Amino acid sequence: MNPVDKRRREFLGSAAGFAGAMIAPGVFLYDYANAGVSDGASRPRSPAEPASASVRWGMLIDTTKCASGCRECVDACNRENGLPGTTRSTDSQWIRKVDLKDLRTGKALSVPVMCQHCAEPPCVDVCPTGASFKRADGIVLVDRHTCIGCRYCMMACPYKARSFVHEPTTGQKPDVPRGKGCVESCTLCVHKVDRGGTPSCVEACSAAGHGAIVFGDLNDPQSEIAKRIREVATAQLRADLRTDNGVRYQGIPG
Amino acid sequence: MKAGFVRGALVAALLLAGSAAGPAALAAGPTLDPARSGPCVEDPKVMRRSHMDFLKHDRDDTVRRGIRGVKHSLSACVDCHASKADGRVLGSDRHFCQGCHAFAAVKLDCFDCHASTARTAPAATAAASVPGAAR
Repeated sequence: MNPVDKRRREFLGSAAGFAGAMIAPGVFLYDYANAGVSDGASRPRSPAEPASASVRWGMLIDTTKCASGCRECVDACNRENGLPGTTRSTDSQWIRKVDLKDLRTGKALSVPVMCQHCAEPPCVDVCPTGASFKRADGIVLVDRHTCIGCRYCMMACPYKARSFVHEPTTGQKPDVPRGKGCVESCTLCVHKVDRGGTPSCVEACSAAGHGAIVFGDLNDPQSEIAKRIREVATAQLRADLRTDNGVRYQGIPG
Repeated sequence: MKAGFVRGALVAALLLAGSAAGPAALAAGPTLDPARSGPCVEDPKVMRRSHMDFLKHDRDDTVRRGIRGVKHSLSACVDCHASKADGRVLGSDRHFCQGCHAFAAVKLDCFDCHASTARTAPAATAAASVPGAAR
């Protein structure tokens, strides 16, 4: 091989390598962006990663399967989150069972109502300290480190979803700190969801054989909740307020 | 005059005695119940001075961004430092958090909200966990 050929070969070799490097990241980025659009966020998140805005957690509650008088979801919520479970007017309630009856038709409903995890949460709009916030994945939470207990969010919430802790707390769970002087509400069991789990109310409802609550990613077209929402008529509570709730109900008038 | 001198000498002797006992007690530090052994996430000297800053930084990562298993997590502190006897970091001046905070005379309000019991606590004492009861 003469010296000219050798230089030529080296040049071609390095050019090919460079072209490969250019294509590889391009292909990777294309695939990644495409995956985000077509598959939603089917890839489970590692607990060490921050919550992603490509996910929107939500629940679908089938009121036709929800039994009147059944409190499995409420009790499971109390156990999981270390709530006392007492029902004086000033006690914390993260889920309330609401019984409704249409007086003209006699049609009765029993529905669990909790924080609706709005896309446009009024509680976040009014919070003077920024303690009430919406996470990237749509879960609406209270940062108790910043909450001053003014209860403005409780007044702003159209669903009466929030409670104020009036008395010193005992028996907190390691994953669910809660204390006197702060507002609190359903967290969608964020400590479990971050580790790939499901909220306790959903598990309890399934374990009791009702299966009335489906939890999942509303942004993932392949998820069970997204499929159900596509197939059956569902409604958001007080949709006229345009808060775009993450919790939807099947079998209630829209 | 003489009485004044005697009184002054007494005060001086007391001051000397006090100053002799002070550094010794300070050097000894609080007496704490044995907890799970093993290295801390940072050097103990660094932790003594800066643990509150580490906790404050990482709590926002967890609460706001949803990052679990951060390096400086309060529940991890409790899991490691809880007393072997009852699995708690509060309860008496021999418990890790309360003992040191009492020694340093610094108010400790983490456990107004956070659980002060280790996840791996003995079952009998876990049920008796009453955060805030120590105050």
